[in-house]
Amino acid sequence: MVVAFAIIRMKDLFAVVMLLGIYGLLSASFFVAMDAVDVAFTEAAVGAGISTLLMLVVITMTGRTEKVTRHKPLLALLVIAITGALLIYGTLDMPYYGSADAPIHHHVAPRYINDSMQEVGIPNIVTSVLASYRAFDTFGEVVVIFTAGIGVLALLSVARRPEDSEDITALDDSMHEQNLVLRIITKILIPFILLFALYVQFHGDFGPGGGFQAGVIFAAAIILYAMIFGLSNARKVINQDFIQLITAVGVLFYGCVGLVSLFNGGNFFDYNVLSSDPIAGQHLGILLIEWGVGCTVASVMIIIFFNFAGRREMQKINNNNNNQESSS
Amino acid sequence: MILGLLNYWVVVVLMMCGLYIVIAHGNLIKKIVGLAIFQTSVFIFYISMAKVEGGTAPILADGISQYSNPLPHVLILTAIVVGIATTALGLALVVRIKEAYGSIEEEDVQNLDNQTQVDSQQQVTEGDQA
Repeated sequence: MVVAFAIIRMKDLFAVVMLLGIYGLLSASFFVAMDAVDVAFTEAAVGAGISTLLMLVVITMTGRTEKVTRHKPLLALLVIAITGALLIYGTLDMPYYGSADAPIHHHVAPRYINDSMQEVGIPNIVTSVLASYRAFDTFGEVVVIFTAGIGVLALLSVARRPEDSEDITALDDSMHEQNLVLRIITKILIPFILLFALYVQFHGDFGPGGGFQAGVIFAAAIILYAMIFGLSNARKVINQDFIQLITAVGVLFYGCVGLVSLFNGGNFFDYNVLSSDPIAGQHLGILLIEWGVGCTVASVMIIIFFNFAGRREMQKINNNNNNQESSS
Repeated sequence: MILGLLNYWVVVVLMMCGLYIVIAHGNLIKKIVGLAIFQTSVFIFYISMAKVEGGTAPILADGISQYSNPLPHVLILTAIVVGIATTALGLALVVRIKEAYGSIEEEDVQNLDNQTQVDSQQQVTEGDQA
């Protein structure tokens, strides 16, 4: 809360973004305290990691100070005071924090908790609800992420690849010599981050983890590489067209698992029919669709970052060219 | 006793912080930050509803009978990742606005828009007179 208030007051956007990162990390620890380990995992990776990075990249493009607005914030204060008061009045009828007889715990939740071991056969209930009971819902989410990736691509993709420009390589070289420590640490850490992502991906059935978290962590490792070693180097390692292909393949893969179960005589995303043993079928189905989710999420995050950063490099080159023209 | 509702109040205060930033600040990046705060307050709301006193994380193990409700966890887990994807889309729009208008302050953009509108209207009337 204190952090949120500080964010309101700050005019320096750089500090705001840093505070947002802290806020993300704090809410992740909130989630751990409230027994939501899977969610905390995701929030720590997304809120404290990737979103902070994206905001920073955007700030380097748009400038870091905020203009002081002339109009009075009184009206806004009035609006939020009234809305807040109404909301607090609404909470008076809510069940108390942590009470076991709240209405939310008496709908489908008991079935998930009591029967998911027999029906799906994996200990992590969150994963079995995510990937089996509510697979259709999750499919929708993955399609939304895919669409957002395409949107960013459409808005920011640069037709002319800046990698043939000499300015950029020179820029990268100077950066390399400066950050020796960072470079070595990154080189040591990246394999472990990638390995950890794969562990999270495949261990999601038993502990906290799954495709969404693994995708974000995987993307974080590659973004780290791109930041330290320069965009053009990262482009050599990770082919952009290939990544875009992977995004689509992930979604397609997810959908195909549903279709296969449809053709095998079950419902859409009914994994029981994937194998002769229903439990084995469920395991296979969850593994496959988590893989699809992981592919899509990781590659969408990478695409988003690369396009933002690519845009920035293009602006820089344009500025340099303009300066050269004006000086000559 | 009344402290049992504290979690909802924290959520409401955070939510209002986010809403205030969205309404009162003209800077588009600040607005997106406000939206992110608002979004996280909704996450906290869902997760705090899922908590059961004396329960543990919803991973089945022997000897434990109380688990928190897994359903809100699933919803929020996907919502976080979708949230960052849509935030990125918003930031992409901000970058394009910066390129088109040279500013990301709401007022400047509005003024520029009005200016171009007036200009084009003047051109039309001049054309009529000619």
